[in-house]
Amino acid sequence: MDLRYTAQEERFRAELRGWLEGAVPSLPDKPPADDWPARRTYDTHWQRLLFDAGWAGVDWPKEGGGRGAGPVEQLVYAEELARAHAPYVGVNFVGLLHAGPTIAVEGTPAQRARYLPPILRGEEVWCQGFSEPDAGSDLASLRTRAVRDGDQYVVNGSKTWTSHAEVADLCELLVRTGPEDSRHRGITWLAVPMDTPGIEIRPMRTIAGTTEFAELFFDDVRVPVANRLGEEDDGWRVAMVTLSFERGTAFVGELLSSVELLRSLRDVAAQQGAPAAVTARIGHLGAELDALWALTRRNVSQAARDGVPGIGGSVFKLAFSELRQRLGDLGLELAGSAGLSWDELAGGPWSAAAGGPGNAELVDTWVNSFSRTIAAGTSQIQRNIVAERILGLPKG
Amino acid sequence: MDFELSRDQVALAELVRVIVAGRFPIERVRRAEGGRQVVDDDDWAALGEAGVFSLTLPEDAGGAGLGMADAAVVFEELGRGVVPGPLVATHLAARLAARAPALSGAAGGSMVVGATRPPSGGQPWLVEHLDSLSALVVRGDGGRLTVAGPAEVAALAAVARPIERSLDPLTPLSLVPAAGPALDSVIDEEGAGREWDLGTRVLTGALCVGIAAATCHLAVEHAKHRHQFGRPIGSFQAVKHLCADMLVRAETARAAVQAAAVTVDQPDVGDPERAAAGGALLAAEAAVANARTCVQVFGGMGFTWEVPVHLYLMRAKVLAASLGPADVLAATVADRY
Repeated sequence: MDLRYTAQEERFRAELRGWLEGAVPSLPDKPPADDWPARRTYDTHWQRLLFDAGWAGVDWPKEGGGRGAGPVEQLVYAEELARAHAPYVGVNFVGLLHAGPTIAVEGTPAQRARYLPPILRGEEVWCQGFSEPDAGSDLASLRTRAVRDGDQYVVNGSKTWTSHAEVADLCELLVRTGPEDSRHRGITWLAVPMDTPGIEIRPMRTIAGTTEFAELFFDDVRVPVANRLGEEDDGWRVAMVTLSFERGTAFVGELLSSVELLRSLRDVAAQQGAPAAVTARIGHLGAELDALWALTRRNVSQAARDGVPGIGGSVFKLAFSELRQRLGDLGLELAGSAGLSWDELAGGPWSAAAGGPGNAELVDTWVNSFSRTIAAGTSQIQRNIVAERILGLPKG
Repeated sequence: MDFELSRDQVALAELVRVIVAGRFPIERVRRAEGGRQVVDDDDWAALGEAGVFSLTLPEDAGGAGLGMADAAVVFEELGRGVVPGPLVATHLAARLAARAPALSGAAGGSMVVGATRPPSGGQPWLVEHLDSLSALVVRGDGGRLTVAGPAEVAALAAVARPIERSLDPLTPLSLVPAAGPALDSVIDEEGAGREWDLGTRVLTGALCVGIAAATCHLAVEHAKHRHQFGRPIGSFQAVKHLCADMLVRAETARAAVQAAAVTVDQPDVGDPERAAAGGALLAAEAAVANARTCVQVFGGMGFTWEVPVHLYLMRAKVLAASLGPADVLAATVADRY
């Protein structure tokens, strides 16, 4: 067990840090959360800067135009971006982390040439059409149907939880091509241009008041067969390929920003002379964050050795999502009545100007923490996965 | 950066597992339940011979020159086997022997060394395993360490009152009056108390991780084989989720304790005090919570003396108590965050 980085890993870190020190301060102000066109401009501008400096697709395979970095370098990359407060991948999430890597492995040479470079350059934005109103945790029961008509598929149905759909150029869509009850065996993966006639986007408002995702409706939407990735009915396997790229670094940014948030809560609480019970809660959360940072390095080390992530991913996700909620609870509790306002308050210990977390950030952290135990597998499903796949308990 | 166990560490864990399986099968260990002398001298010497107490000593002092990370791997296995006795104190005493010759037998396992932290205000102290001890390290206020050698320990034992029933039937307790014999072998060297505290937190934490992992395993195996309503109880989500939570607690605590051990060995990667306090905090919590959950999964049988699950629970409480209040550990983390 060694937590020191090799000279090569440190060189990678130093080179990246040097570039970030110049690039991050040059960015314009962050756009408002509900102004999606502005968010697209901001996020794709950042992606272009990364691309021009050779930092785009660090984790992508070289044949896809990426850097082919190993798991430890991916960890250093995520860590340095978080420490520099660089922008999150934002609207490039699906392209960079899901559709892109999938196409890099499963695409034909023509598909790779068509789709990959625009993702890396920040020119095309992807969204994901996987979940449906009646197919959430049970994704294999999805019903959006695609019927072959010559060299086209005709798609009808609906999708949901599609992030940044209104500013996306393309959608990675899972459709039913097999019989109704064919589950995993009758699903096909399609790349669908979002300007195709027959697609309706209906944004959904979240409990945070913003439109983070949308419902998609498909009404006789015609998609060329050439846009299919892999074989017909083989889309489940194609979609799952991406999961094998996960190296345990997905939550590094949020983990390290949680550390910063806790530290500033500690500082403000200390200034206010917080009771010992509050100090103990802060210390407990700190110990948990440290443990999850250790677990992250364990998971990355496992991926570096075996080429596949170990059991740690589900364990991490379960622990971190619930921890994040307790961190949100603590912040809002400490803020007292300032935590009842979504507007930034000037003055008082919880104004952002005082140097600590602003009341709006605390409210935002608290409300958004509720999505953490739902998105990407509810905690209940995660517990089933841990119990069945890791502990070997029988299926119910 | 490679935070996986090295090949040598895997081999070390395997070696200890074999010794534990051979020397400390639970039905054999249980024969000493309720006795005043739970530690068997031959078994202790066997642990010494395997290097359990000497592995972090430099090679020229008869040790293996290994680090706390290696010791944490060994102690996790000892915890998994609920091996009784003052394991942590004897290991740390071996490291003090260069400064306190009275402890020279600790490294080889010819001495059983205990530790205690007397309460303030002239209260009597509870000492674990007193009748097995040949030396005792007293951790006083301000990090001051005092060593009682064989004669002083005998004098303590002569005035001590045995506790009839201790919570853990394999950890006998004695009550020593505050006005016991004076102990004069004081180690006031700078750093000795700090090293003692860090070592206590890391190695006790590792024992706790072993208990958390062992009870998770016991509960899962029981849930696979116990049938009700015509199916294994482990197929019910209510039971599954208890087991999943046990794994989460054990794995996060292990990562925390091992990172703390590595940080003590390589202080340039972090803050050893913060890491050790945090690791100990989560490990003690995981050990107690998992052992309780194990009792629950075993149902009525978990509440019987016959099924040994309670031994893990009671040992977890003994270890947690030796780490001091959880809020103090948490405050250490908060202050250094």
